[in-house]
Amino acid sequence: MPDPAYRAAPPGALRVEPLGELTAIFDRRSMQTHLVVSPMPEILAALGAGDCDAATLTARLAESFDLGGADDATPIVAERLGELAAMGLVARA
Amino acid sequence: MRHSIRIAVGPVQFRIGSDWAAPIAALERLYAGYPQDDARPAEATVRLFAARPWRRWVRPSVHIGGDFVVPDALPLPLSMGLLAAEMGMNLQVALGWRRHMLLHASAVARDGRALIMSGESGSGKSTLAALLGEDEWRLMGDEFTLIDPVGGDAFAFPRAVSLKNEAIAAVAGRVDAARLGPLMAGTPKGDIRHLIPRADAIAAMHEPARPALLLFPRFGGGTAIEPMGEGEVFVRLTEASTNYVALGEAGFAALTRLVRETPAFGISYPDSATGIALVEQLWAETLK
Repeated sequence: MPDPAYRAAPPGALRVEPLGELTAIFDRRSMQTHLVVSPMPEILAALGAGDCDAATLTARLAESFDLGGADDATPIVAERLGELAAMGLVARA
Repeated sequence: MRHSIRIAVGPVQFRIGSDWAAPIAALERLYAGYPQDDARPAEATVRLFAARPWRRWVRPSVHIGGDFVVPDALPLPLSMGLLAAEMGMNLQVALGWRRHMLLHASAVARDGRALIMSGESGSGKSTLAALLGEDEWRLMGDEFTLIDPVGGDAFAFPRAVSLKNEAIAAVAGRVDAARLGPLMAGTPKGDIRHLIPRADAIAAMHEPARPALLLFPRFGGGTAIEPMGEGEVFVRLTEASTNYVALGEAGFAALTRLVRETPAFGISYPDSATGIALVEQLWAETLK
């Protein structure tokens, strides 16, 4: 099965507030507060550049961050995307 | 309700009704110095009613009612009507108030700045606030602190302080007996005695104070001060707020702002004197 593509929340749907080691995200659609740690905020920001699958997103992240040997990062990014989708913060494209 | 009283505590106007005279008489004494505007509409109603009409006469017990009802609220004996009234007032504010973000926290103020102390029952937050309120601080409240979601200021809710168990002796020796309510021994929360806040604290109850220091006290164990990160403070305060979820984005904005702008520490202390010393030390260091 090919990697699914994901879509970021529409502009203005999320209010993202970094609080030290945590990032608090208020979802205006569900009125829920989510508390996440790195790399979730970075993944959300990178996905904001356009819908894509985990491999493309990993390449985007590698442009800004040292992923420590990019060969095994895609499955991790795919797993995090699945978790963000379960929280309702991203959606399948 | 056969007997009733209206009391303003901070921004909340209560109407408390009772099937019996005794709890209302006790409240009249505790709240004699508070504004009692009979024309102002009540924002929270508390009713202390008999479970059955005949129970008013036979082995009376007080049930708590009001705008919100907790189904398994403890039926308390009539001698604890005052405690029932207090629990009812807390319940109405905790569940019904929307104008401010409500923190389950005590607070005192000095020079227009607030020290907010959040913690579980038994953490000592009430006792510390009561003792500080007898010193150079204005007691803002021993149970709830209200945060204005727009401006971020703290507002007082200076109900009569509910002293419990060891705190009764710690405070009673320092204040005029006329400021103490009756001793209620063996309630579900232990021994309880109310302390009427100082007249200047009641007179200033509408004055806001800027949050300047957040403490998470823990009574018992060694003396320790532990700086607390913004993320942890945020999590703890969402748990300490009774209406965070109900306020939606306004609550989120108020809390992130409070957490970012206010230094926070966990403190543990073996006795009240040490606790007070830690508070004064952190206050001096934070505001210098």
